[in-house]
Amino acid sequence: MSGLKAMSAQRDIAIVAFHQSDCQASAGATNEVELIMPEIRAVMDQVGLHNAQDVDFVCSGSCDYLQGAAFAFVAGVDALGAVPPIRESHVEMDAAWALYESVLKIRMGHADSALIYGFAKSSPGELPIVLSQQLDPYYLAPLWVDTVSLAAMQARLMLDAGKITEADMAAVVSRSRRNAMNNPHAQLAGDLSVEALLQEAPFVSPLRRHDCSPVSDGASAMIIATVEQAEAWGKPYAILRGIDHRIESHNLCTRDLTDSPSTRRAAEAAGVADGAIDVAELYAPFSHQEIILSRALGLGEGTRVNPSGGVLAGNLMMASGLSRVGEVFQRIVSGEARRGVAHATSGPCLQHNLVAVVEAA
Amino acid sequence: MSEAREPVTGIEAPVYLQYQFTAGRAPSRFLSALKQGRLTGQRCPGCSQVYIPPRGACPACGIATEEEVTLSNKATVQSFTIVYIPIPGNPIKPPYIVANLVPDGANISFIHLLSECVNEEVHIGQRVQAVWKPEAEWDYKMDNIIYYKPLDEPDVPVELIGKLGVDGREVQP
Ligand SMILES: [Zn+2]
Repeated sequence: MSGLKAMSAQRDIAIVAFHQSDCQASAGATNEVELIMPEIRAVMDQVGLHNAQDVDFVCSGSCDYLQGAAFAFVAGVDALGAVPPIRESHVEMDAAWALYESVLKIRMGHADSALIYGFAKSSPGELPIVLSQQLDPYYLAPLWVDTVSLAAMQARLMLDAGKITEADMAAVVSRSRRNAMNNPHAQLAGDLSVEALLQEAPFVSPLRRHDCSPVSDGASAMIIATVEQAEAWGKPYAILRGIDHRIESHNLCTRDLTDSPSTRRAAEAAGVADGAIDVAELYAPFSHQEIILSRALGLGEGTRVNPSGGVLAGNLMMASGLSRVGEVFQRIVSGEARRGVAHATSGPCLQHNLVAVVEAA
Repeated sequence: MSEAREPVTGIEAPVYLQYQFTAGRAPSRFLSALKQGRLTGQRCPGCSQVYIPPRGACPACGIATEEEVTLSNKATVQSFTIVYIPIPGNPIKPPYIVANLVPDGANISFIHLLSECVNEEVHIGQRVQAVWKPEAEWDYKMDNIIYYKPLDEPDVPVELIGKLGVDGREVQP
């Protein structure tokens, strides 16, 4: 047995609180501290804590390239109450990986509780162009190949191989927009039929604009703890049963872009197949990627996929992955689901994938 | 063949990214007041500390600083250094003074320049006053104040630096 599942017998992790801001097309003049503070306050209030002094560890996920402000993540620490000094860490990734680091910290016995947050202000830059700079710096980044174009090539491969149809892609979007009508934080919601979506003009072919997640500003935060600590707090919680992440080659040309072997491996290590999956929240920034992920995770008819609308309804870069875990947590604590899968991604064409299994306590 | 053996020691790959910058809601309020010739701080509703320049949160408490406080043009030297090297692109000729200053009404220092002074006589606790540019030149920038200059007032005891109200008197707890 590999990954963190094997260690789970030692210290079970409880997800105790989660909150996400609205997904806004632009947060205007709001800076990183002003974006983060309300989310941290919200999760602290859910547990009844004062500030970051009341947890053992804090870890955040963000990327300064998004808003073009150097060391914005350091300024974000102003939202925590770090006097006297706290134990704090940061990943230049989605906060789902900050969750992973926090889980390690707790499982190793270095902490009993952790605050995790991710924030994104993508609107100040041209996001697809900014993300082109995460590519190989010698041969690809200088060509400014943007993330939408790469995803479009991936969709073309899928269509040409007969693995999906354009109607399948539109069906993903139609369901996302409809589900988002029940999500007060969503940016794009509505009742749109597959037929109506297929009438839309191509954007970066074969992608239509609605096949791509929107650019959004916002933040999300979560509190996790040992089960003992969660019991002591006396708040409802869910169990993070397994979590694992795997990455594929930096060289896009060596990958099978119509599949996601890294997701499949992470799912095996996280124990996805150990029980029925009621709900899945998948970080699929493009409609066809949701289909790739559902297949890699082996999801069937019994699983509700992206009941929040997913990131096609609002995509907080560096927070959306954490929010997927939070969405599953909320549905389990509300009794809507017993067992769920959350997924986070990073890099072009689903290069790096994290899978978490969340269960009712 | 010999050409292929030449080591490639670099490639040119310039990066241009354009951003629509915004200062933040709280810093915008500070900069707007600065453009009108006014130094402002923001008070934390938790610990009552007044911060300048405000970023929107009290880093000690982790809560929003909403209350605006107009600060005095008078300040106290909290620390300083005499710099013997030039600032690139700055007309100030060395040696000159960079100081941590606490304006009356604030609890946290900020950094600015001292001039019109005898460098060797500058000391901690010394009283100084802002020298503003002509009003026509005011903008959203800290160098609306060209520098601070000494003030003929008694020194502030070290334990009271950062504890003066906007009237220059000790704030009674
Ligand atoms: Zn405070």
